[in-house]
Order: sequence, then structure tokens, then C-alpha cells
Amino acid sequence: MDIHLAADLLHAALRAGTPLALCALGVLVAERAGVLNLGQEGIMLMGAVTGFAISLETGSHAAGALAAIAVGALMGALFVLLTLPLRANPVASGLALAVFGSGLCAFVGSGYVGSSLQGIAVAAIPWLSELPLVGKALFAQDPLLYAAWALALGIGLTLHRTRFGLVLSAVGEDPEVAHRLGVRVLPMRAAMACLGAALTGLGGAYLSLAYTPLWTEDMTSGRGWIALAMVVLAGWRTGSVLLASYLFGFFSILNLLMQDMGWSVSPNLLSMTPYVLCLAALIALSSQGRFSDRRAPGALGQNFHKEG
Amino acid sequence: MASAEARQRASVQPRLVLERISKRFGNKRANDRISLEVRPGEIHALLGENGAGKSTLMKVLYGVHAPDGGRILWQGREVSIPGPGAARQLGIGMVFQHFCLIERLNVQDNLRLALPELTEGEIQRRFERLGERLQLKASLRARVSGLSAGERQRVEILRCLMADVALLILDEPTSVLTPPEATALMRGLKRLAQDGCSILFISHKLAEVERLCDRATVLRGGKWVGTVPLAETSRAELVAMMIGKTLASLPARPRAPAGETLLEARFGKCGRLKRAEFSLSGGEIVGIGGVAGSGEQELLQLISGERRGAAHRLVFFGQEIGAAPVQRRRALGIRSLPLDRIGQGAVPSLSLAENFLLTHHGWGAWIDGPWVNWAEVGARAEQALAGYDIQAASSATPAGELSGGNLQRFLVARELLGEPRLLACHNPTWGVDPAAKSRIHEGLLNACAAGAAVLLLSEDIDELFSLCDRLGALCNGHLSPVLPKAEVTPEIMGHWMTGHGDP
Repeated sequence: MDIHLAADLLHAALRAGTPLALCALGVLVAERAGVLNLGQEGIMLMGAVTGFAISLETGSHAAGALAAIAVGALMGALFVLLTLPLRANPVASGLALAVFGSGLCAFVGSGYVGSSLQGIAVAAIPWLSELPLVGKALFAQDPLLYAAWALALGIGLTLHRTRFGLVLSAVGEDPEVAHRLGVRVLPMRAAMACLGAALTGLGGAYLSLAYTPLWTEDMTSGRGWIALAMVVLAGWRTGSVLLASYLFGFFSILNLLMQDMGWSVSPNLLSMTPYVLCLAALIALSSQGRFSDRRAPGALGQNFHKEG
Repeated sequence: MASAEARQRASVQPRLVLERISKRFGNKRANDRISLEVRPGEIHALLGENGAGKSTLMKVLYGVHAPDGGRILWQGREVSIPGPGAARQLGIGMVFQHFCLIERLNVQDNLRLALPELTEGEIQRRFERLGERLQLKASLRARVSGLSAGERQRVEILRCLMADVALLILDEPTSVLTPPEATALMRGLKRLAQDGCSILFISHKLAEVERLCDRATVLRGGKWVGTVPLAETSRAELVAMMIGKTLASLPARPRAPAGETLLEARFGKCGRLKRAEFSLSGGEIVGIGGVAGSGEQELLQLISGERRGAAHRLVFFGQEIGAAPVQRRRALGIRSLPLDRIGQGAVPSLSLAENFLLTHHGWGAWIDGPWVNWAEVGARAEQALAGYDIQAASSATPAGELSGGNLQRFLVARELLGEPRLLACHNPTWGVDPAAKSRIHEGLLNACAAGAAVLLLSEDIDELFSLCDRLGALCNGHLSPVLPKAEVTPEIMGHWMTGHGDP
């Protein structure tokens, strides 16, 4: 493989992995606080269609991305409303949200099917982007991708290094104890559910604004679901979650390459490979001893109600 | 002197006053106009049976429950305590019976979580200084899930002290400790009180309360019964205040001549249990002491049949039953009372009658081929309720609605109705009030008088010495020799439990 092809492959893989990475980060922050929201697919689709429609109408990518974040947060707030004050079962509520989001997205997006949009332009960083192999991949990307990486770094540091992250994991591990220690559990959970959904919405917008700026129905093709599985297999660690997302991106680009090379395998089978390979790699990793400690937050998906 | 001066100041202004606090849950008055006063530097006991309203009152004080009526005065000023955070800000710290630590985090993170105002360095310094006073050897980096119950408790107390509390609430603090640990704790508490910290001490163990506390407030049925200075109050008076009548002392026990050997056990490694060898005879009570986690759960399960294997020999009436399942052992007359009432002993959402059937489903008048005669089951369950003065509406009441003491009495009654030849029980009176405790002890003694062997696994030294014929102890999975009571002193038990060699 010549170096240009390798550089292109890397460049494309990072773009392909970013929507999933954003969604998985959203899942991660919510689940670390004990919030299990299975509605990611619906939220991501809503983010994608909102971002696309607003960008198309206003001509501003930034407005599209911000609108996607807002719609994601709104979907998160809907989930919070259902599960916290109304005390609905979180699993059922999440599934309902997934179906609701997909349906609404199809309705809103029906007018845009087939229309396309000028994708977010690449903002190459001078000099650095000239580096061989990694230059293009790391430093000739669009601003939204840089923003995603900055978010990932911020989230990783916050979760693992700050007092806020400690309080967050206390809420996810044992809300009863956290409450007795004076942590306000429900506001924390509500905020993390909304923040998580906002990130997922932004992931959807990356898909429709940068990765494939052409509206088709079911743009996310299951990324919301795979993100949920990935966070589990990555053991709720920011670094592993990011690694897994970009592994997925790499496999999905490899899959496109194989289709180009005219492999005589059904394209349906081929398009399955990134999902299978990514999960297989994670399962192989998580079955090793040193990952055995990485179990779910103790109170994941359990409703918490203040007594008295 | 200093203490006289302190007393003078105390008479001027109590640190805490609760005035006519009321709290209702549905129709139940958990607290009915309860008043309480704690002076600076005082160790004040809060006594009462299960369900007397002690926990509710403490939760009101700690801001977990909002009171329906009454006032809280702190240092003479009326305050409202909307949450635990507010309580801690005032200088009220509480150590719950169920530990308030997050198991997967290390000690340092647990401390940081509760003490946002302290820097890392300050936490380190205070931990070292206070840890030495409380003789806590655990490191800041140790994960809580790896600490013993005693260590966890000291981490909690230490955490309260690090926040400069003026009132420390302890809910049954010694129930998880070995005797030497309990003694060390009480020494530490006395020192704290001398430094001016007030302590509210909730306990069932009257001997402990008498040794440690200055005054006691007694609650019964959600109402205030009285506040008395302990130096001028006898134990009988205290018990009478708690249960509203005087308690019959234990029936003089006819010393049954040691019967034939019923059971010989030789257990190998199993979970935390490493090695245990003992025998039981009909008509005797054998007590095994030990702190939680020293293999006592495994020992009970090996007898009940929940755990079994080729490495364990168990001969019952000359029959090798080491591999026999639970149901067959029950048929032979082996019954057990596990530690965990809810979950292992009973299913909380099922009725008492259904819970009765859970350990009686093999045979009996209520089993007719494949059919269950529910009327008969209900009648038996009612019989258990009546025989043990259990306060429950009927045998259709869900088990989870009974208080701890009532449920435990029901479970004892249930197993004894099965007329066991061997009853193994684990902490049967843990956390139950004196009346229930004496009733449970009576039941065990009756079974024994009827010729059954009783194996009592307990953390309560007083209980072991008052009931048992022979005594032993577990430490780190090893069982000490089991000797007649006359040859064992509490000191020897302490040595056995802590593994400081055989004296």
C-alpha cells in the first residue's frame, strides 16, 4: 500500500469514526451518572436531520450544529421528564424515544431526501498538515472534528481527573450514598442525561454536515445502537470508547475500499463487517483479565427516588 | 475543673434540642411529639425497641426526612435542616448502620467526596493524625470493598471527625465489631467527648450503653418515654421503659445430659472458610464467634446444603450426607436460619403463609400429592404468629412489612415448627430488640430441651456466653478448638476471633 493511500485511509477513518465517537461520549457521560438511555438512535437521527435542515435553510453550518445540539438536549430532557418526575421505566422510555426519533426524523426529512449540501470545509493547519502520513489525517480536517476532539479531551479529563467526575461516578455507583453525602442526585442525573443526548445530537449533525452531506433516510444506520454496545465493551473508559469508535471508522472505510476493489461478496454482507469486527475486537479485549474490573456503574438504569 | 466548667456551660445552653418532633408515614405515627436534649461533650444514648422511632428521629435530625411538626434548636438557635448537606454544615455527622461509603472507590476518594472544602494535603494530614487515634491501619489508596466492617466504620467516623463535627450520631456502631475493637472504639469515643464533641449513641446493647453514656432517652412506639441519667438507673428499669413491662428472665435451663453425637463435620476449603472440624450432640448449644467475613456464612451453607462438595465430610446419625442437597437434609431434620432475613430467609413480597411454605414444601399435612392445601399452610403460619407474639395483621401480610424483630421471630418459629434435630443459625438476634431477643433465645433453648442440637454462629459475645454449652471461634476461615464454656473466657474468645494464637 503506498503512503498516499494509507494517509487517505487514515484521514477518512477519522472522519468516519467521529459521529460514533460523539454519540458514544454522550452515552458515556450519561451512564457514568447512572442514566441508561437506549434512545440514542432516535436522538442521533433527530440531530442529523435538524443539522441538515437548518444548515440548508440558513446556509450556516454553525447554526445547524447548534440546532442539532439543542434538539438532542431537548430529547434528553424528554427522557428526563419521563423517567425522573413521571418515574417511567428507563428501558421502555429509551426504546420509545428511539422509535419516536426515527419516525419524526423520517417525517421531517422526507422533503430533503436526495438534496445535498456543501459539507463543512476542511481547515488545514499550516505546516503541520504537511507532515507525512499523519499530517493530512490529523491536521487537515474540518473544524467540527477538531471541536469533537476538544470535547473528548475535556470530557476525559473531567470524568477521570476532577472532583466533578468523582461526584458524577458517586451518583452512578450508589445514588443512595451520594444523596446522604449531600450530593443532589436528581439534578445531576438530569443534567448528564441532557448533556449526553446533546452530544449524540451533535454526532448526528457531524454525519449530515461533514461526513456525508447528502440527505438519505436512516442516515445513522444503527450507529446509535452500536454506541450503546461499545460503551459497555469499552468498560466505561473514555480512552477505550474513543479507540473503539475510531476502530469502527477504520473498518467502515476498509469495507468501502473492499467494495471498490470489486470483491464478489454481497454488499449487504460487506457492510456488516465494521459492526462485527469492531464488536469482536472489543469482546477480545474485554475478556482479558486486566479489563475484568471494568464493570457497569453500580446503579446504571436504576431509578432513584429521594425518600421521605 | 474543666469538666465542672463544661457542665456549668451545659446547663446554660444545650448543643441540640429537639422539641415535639412528629413524623407520619401514611397512617403510621413514626415519631409522635418527641423531645430530646444533648449537652456539649455529652454521650447520650437513644434506646428503644425496633420500630420505636429511633431511626426516623435521627433521619429527621440529619435532614433525610422532613418533620411534620416540632422544632430543632442548634446551639440555642432554631434551624431547619432540609438535607444531609445542611446537617453537616451545622456540624452534625452521622455514621449509619449501613455504611455510607462507595465500595468501588478508594478511601481517599470517599473522603474527598464528603469533604469538598479540604485540600488533598489537608485530607492526608488529618487522615494520618486521626487514623492513629482510632488505630486505623488502612491506607488512603485502599479500596473500600477490600476493608473489613470495622475498618469501614472507622473510615466513616474519621470522615465525620475530619469535618469538625460538634455532634456525632452513631447507629448501632458496635454490632459489626469484635470485642477488642468495640472496646477500642468506646475508648476513642470517650476521648472525643472529653474534647467537647457531643455523641448520640443508638444501641440495643444495654451493657455498652451503661459503660459509655451519661444519659439515655428511651422511645417506645414512636413516643418519648423518658430521659434518665444512667448512673442512677438500673438495667431492669431501662428494659421496663423500653418494652413497657418487665422482662421475664431466661428460664432456668434443665441441663440435659449430653446426648449422643448427632453430627460430625470436617470441612475443607470453601470460599472464605479454610478449615473447620467439630461435632454436635443432641441437647446442646454450640456457639461459634467471629467477625463478619471470617467464613461463618460458608459454614452455615455447608450445613444447610447450599454448598457441598467432595472436600467436605458431614456425618449425621452415622450417615454420610456431605453431598446431600438441601431438601434431603431438611427431610433428615437439619434446618438453618441464614443471616440475611430479607433475601435469604424470606421473600419480602410474598405473604407470611407463602414464606412458611418455602421451607416446608416437601411434606406435611399441607401437602397432598401435587396440591398445596393453602388453608392448612395459613393455619400453620398463624400458629407461628400466635406462638411468638408476632405483630402482623394475618398470615396474608407480606413478609417485607414486618419489622426486623418481628420477621426474625417468624423465621425462628417457622424453622422450629419443622421440629429440627439440628438447627444452625447465624446471628439470630442481630438488630432485634430485647423482647424479641429473649423470645428467640427461649425458642432455641426449648428446641434444645427437646433434644435438638443447636449451632449458634454469632458476633454477640454476651449471647454466646449466656446460651452456649461449648464455644469456639472463627478467624480468617480457621475454626478454633470448640471447648466447654467453663474453659473459655471472653479474653480467650477475643484471641480466637482476632487470630492472635491460642493462649
